[in-house]
Formats: sequence, structure tokens, C-alpha cells
Amino acid sequence: MKHLTPVNRKAAKVEAVTKDVVALQQGGPPQQPEPPHIPNGCSLVFSPGWEADRTGGTAGLCQPVERDLFDCHMGCFWPAQVPDQLNHAPDWTAKCAAAQKDWRKIDLIFPADEKKKG
Amino acid sequence: MTSISLCEFHPFEAAGRRFLYLVPSAAVFALDQCSSAVIDSLVDGPRPLDDLRRELEGRFEIEEVTDTIAELQRIRALGESSVRPSPPPKVIPLKPVPLQTLVVNVTNQCNLACTYCYEYGEDKIVDTENGKQPKFMTEATAREAIEFALRESRDNPRAHITFFGGETLMNFNVLQSTIAYARRRAAEVGKDIDFSLTTNATLLRPDVIEFLATERVGVTISIDGPEEMQDKFRVFKNGMGSYDVAAPKIKALIARHRSRPIGARVTLTKQTLDVRKIYRHLTEEMGFWEVGFAPVTTAPGRDYAIADGGFDHLLAQFRDLANDFLQAALQNRHHGFSNIRETLQELHHGHAKAYPCGAGLGLMGVSTGGHVALCHRFAGSDDHSLGNVRDGVSWEKQQDFLQTHHINSKTDCSTCWARPICAGGCYHEAHTRYGSTERPNLHYCEWIRGWTHTCLEIYGEIAEKNPDFLRQFDDEEVPEKVS
Repeated sequence: MKHLTPVNRKAAKVEAVTKDVVALQQGGPPQQPEPPHIPNGCSLVFSPGWEADRTGGTAGLCQPVERDLFDCHMGCFWPAQVPDQLNHAPDWTAKCAAAQKDWRKIDLIFPADEKKKG
Repeated sequence: MTSISLCEFHPFEAAGRRFLYLVPSAAVFALDQCSSAVIDSLVDGPRPLDDLRRELEGRFEIEEVTDTIAELQRIRALGESSVRPSPPPKVIPLKPVPLQTLVVNVTNQCNLACTYCYEYGEDKIVDTENGKQPKFMTEATAREAIEFALRESRDNPRAHITFFGGETLMNFNVLQSTIAYARRRAAEVGKDIDFSLTTNATLLRPDVIEFLATERVGVTISIDGPEEMQDKFRVFKNGMGSYDVAAPKIKALIARHRSRPIGARVTLTKQTLDVRKIYRHLTEEMGFWEVGFAPVTTAPGRDYAIADGGFDHLLAQFRDLANDFLQAALQNRHHGFSNIRETLQELHHGHAKAYPCGAGLGLMGVSTGGHVALCHRFAGSDDHSLGNVRDGVSWEKQQDFLQTHHINSKTDCSTCWARPICAGGCYHEAHTRYGSTERPNLHYCEWIRGWTHTCLEIYGEIAEKNPDFLRQFDDEEVPEKVS
């Protein structure tokens, strides 16, 4: 800062912490090294193809691409991605005790199947 | 077009320079000519940015003005007038805070009968005579208090114990054995422990002095000044003044006890409002290293209460003494006016307080029976109990206290520029004055603002003329003063 002089210790802290904010606001080259790899979360935005990370790759995802669907049934609130296990397809995962081994046993659910059950 | 306006701050001048004390951050910045001009142009209210730039164009380069406005916005001295600044969030600690200081009331008995006493006088909140609390703390309870302090200091490598009373030295035996016990236990758990006490000095026998000196116990003496002032309120039960008994003992203590500075703690009343005279007597004639003053805690209307005009008088005297301090500071000489040292320390760090003091947070008080309260002034009061030294304190109660006493809950303070440093003032004072610890101490707002302003001026002056002097305040760890 050219026109203000920090006098006490808090002022020095204010100057230090606002430096990055000012740099960001003014644009220019990035102030920090490459940010850590964080896959884009599925529930934050509606974005088909979210399985790709920020660089377009799939290697660093939090789980194998094959498990995505299965994980939606466990940890995701997004209702359209998986069969409705409460009402229509209670046995959908019955043959899949361990996802890493048994993921092939998870079958597709078609409306016809549901009708039959109904 | 964006309009900008001034945000919250308190301006002051020192050594021919202009400064801002920002609220609520408590940061202090010095202004140059251009930033001064920007501030001045906005004094009458918000203005469109272009308008402001045009006005200042003639006096400064346009780029300079733009930069200055950006800098002032960056430190939140200016803001867009359409955006209301949101108050800082009310953050309550999520887990217990380590205890720094435990004040242990080893007795609630006293050999003096000072008429203004908050423990025995008209405004007492703990029944010290017929109450449930024992008159003297037993050795067993004192040991439990030490265990409590070591336990509650958690990750802190250091615990600090302050012995208090009544008259602390009336229970000297327990004090003596407790210090030995505490040193042994602290060594066992790998912590540093240190001790201080407050006394009226009348029981300072040679063996007591010897003990305090060798054990490096910090000593604060309650004394009100030269004989005529000391004897006005600080009297024995038969009405006899205590100066003649106390004075020679204090001199003996100061002569022998060189391991830690000895401080005096003065209670100011309407009848004893001569700060400079008291200071001179206590430092030059008695030999105290430092002297701290506090206006008497009292309900309104007591005949010793300092009334409004008295506070103005008091402020003028504090200013005089503060100026003496400044002159000494500019020449790197010691000056023992401890009120200003404490405020400068706080200003130097720029702590923006959510709570006026550490009571119920890093500081707690223990009654003679082992009850733990917010501070020593509440120790033994059922209404302000947090628990006891045996079973510990209730974190729920503590959190509840922190919720209700946060500065954001004190609406009266929300527009005051001195709130980062005052935060509403002493809980005990508020309880005595208004019947509730949650209330801010509105009776001394003017005094706090006046005194803080003076301290800011002195801080600015030292920062300009002798900044190295302020390095002594860099250290964060200063145990809270207990009075």
C-alpha cells in the first residue's frame, strides 16, 4: 500500500490477508501454484459428464467409473440416477455384496420389470 | 454510478499525522495527504465515485486518487454505500478453551473493613459471613483447585495461579503448602506454573516476605495512596486507618523481593481522586514498580461512587499521567502507570474483543469451598457457578454464558467505536450497577471512549517517534490483571 501505513500488528495482518484478494480482483498471473486436484462433485451442478475431472481425465476420480452408478445408490440424494429401492426394486443390489468384485451383477431395471412385480 | 461512503472508524491525530482506528478490526493505519483528503471529502455523507474523483483531481494525480480509494476500501475504511457492512459473525468456541489463570480465593475473611469493598461492603453478591462457603479454604480443596487448573489448562504449557481473598495472607499456611504441592504436580505433568497474589500488606511478616521472594510469587498490593487517602476507606474494623501498619511492611517487601516487580492497585473514589499525587507517593516514596488505578465498583448513589463530573476530572488526571508516560517512553525510560501499559498492549495487537475479559473463558475463580465461577468476584455465588474443582465445570453452562454475553448481543455497543477494546466492560460492575452481567456498563461509556482516544494518541505518537519502544508489547502472553 502506498497511501496507508499499517501501524499496529492487526493492521499488518489486514494488509497481508487482503493482498491476495486485491491481486485476484485485479487479474494478472495466478498468485498460487496449481491448485490441488479436486474432482467436480456430482451434486453441486447439473453437468452431464461430471465424471471427468477438471483436466478431462478420469484417473483421479474418487472411485472407478464403473462404481459411479452404484455409489449413487448409497451416498447420493439424486433420485433419478438409480432405481427406487424403497418401492420398486428392493432387490436391485442383492447380488452385489462387494462392489469392487460384484459390480457386474447389478442389472438394469426396465419399466416392464417393475410392471411384472407390481 | 457507485456511491461510496465512510465505514466505521475512529480518527485521531498524533505527532502531526492522521490515523484511523478501524472498527471492528481494531487495525491502526496512518494516512497520507491523499487518503486524508478522500476521508475529508466523504465526511458529509456518501458520494458518487466520479464526483469524488473530480473534486480531488486538481490536488492529486487521478491515479493516486483511484489507488487511495482502493486501498481505503481494502482496509474497510470506505465501502459502497449500497452495501451494508455485515457485523462479524458471532463465533462461540466449539470446545472448551484452555484455562490460563485460576484465581483461588483462599479465604473470604479480612482483617480490614474497607467500606467500599465489593466482597463485604454494601454491594456484595456473595454471602461471605453466613453463607455456605467456609471462611478458609482447606488444604485439600486448594490441592483440588491446583489439579483443576493443571487439567483445564489442557494443551497450554503453562498454568497461572493467583491467590486472592478476603485477605489472602490470613490463610498463609495453606498458601505455602499449596505452592509446594503445585510445583511438584506441575513438574510431574510437565508444565510451567507460576503464582501471584493480592494482599493489603498488613500481614507481611518477615518470614512471609522471605517466602514470597524466594518462591518468586508476584505481589500486588491494594493501597489507595498517601496516608490521608489510604485511611479514608481502608480501615481496620475498629475504624483505625491501615496506612501506618501497611507502609513499613510494603517498604520491607520492596526492599527484599526483587525477583518480580511489585505493583500497587488503587481503588479510586469520589473522595480520593488525585491520581498524580497517589502515583507520585506510591512510586517515589514507597518504591512501587507500577501502579494501576480502578474506579470503585459500586451501585449508583453510594457516597464514594464517582459521579459523572468526577469521571471528567478523572480523565483529565489520567491524561496528565499518560503524558508523563509518553515522555518517558520517548526516552526509553520506565514509567509505572500500568493502566496505559495495558491499553497500549491491547492497541498494539489490535485485539477486537468479543468479550470484555477472560472471565469464564481463560480465567475462572474458585471459592473457599471449591466452587468455580466466572471470576473471583463471583466465586461462591450460586447464580454464577460454573461447577466445582472436583467435578469440573459444565461446558454447556460456559457456552450458554458465551452466547448471552457476546458483544453482538449488546445492542447498546453496536454503534460505539470503542467496542473492540471495551466490549461492554466488567461483568461484576454491570451486575452491581444494573443487576445483570449481560448489560454493558453504560455509566462509563464517555470515560472509556475518552481514555481510549488518549491512549490511541499516545500510541500514535510513540509509533511515529520511537517505534522500537512498542516491541516490548509484541509478546502475546500477558496474564490477566486481577483486582
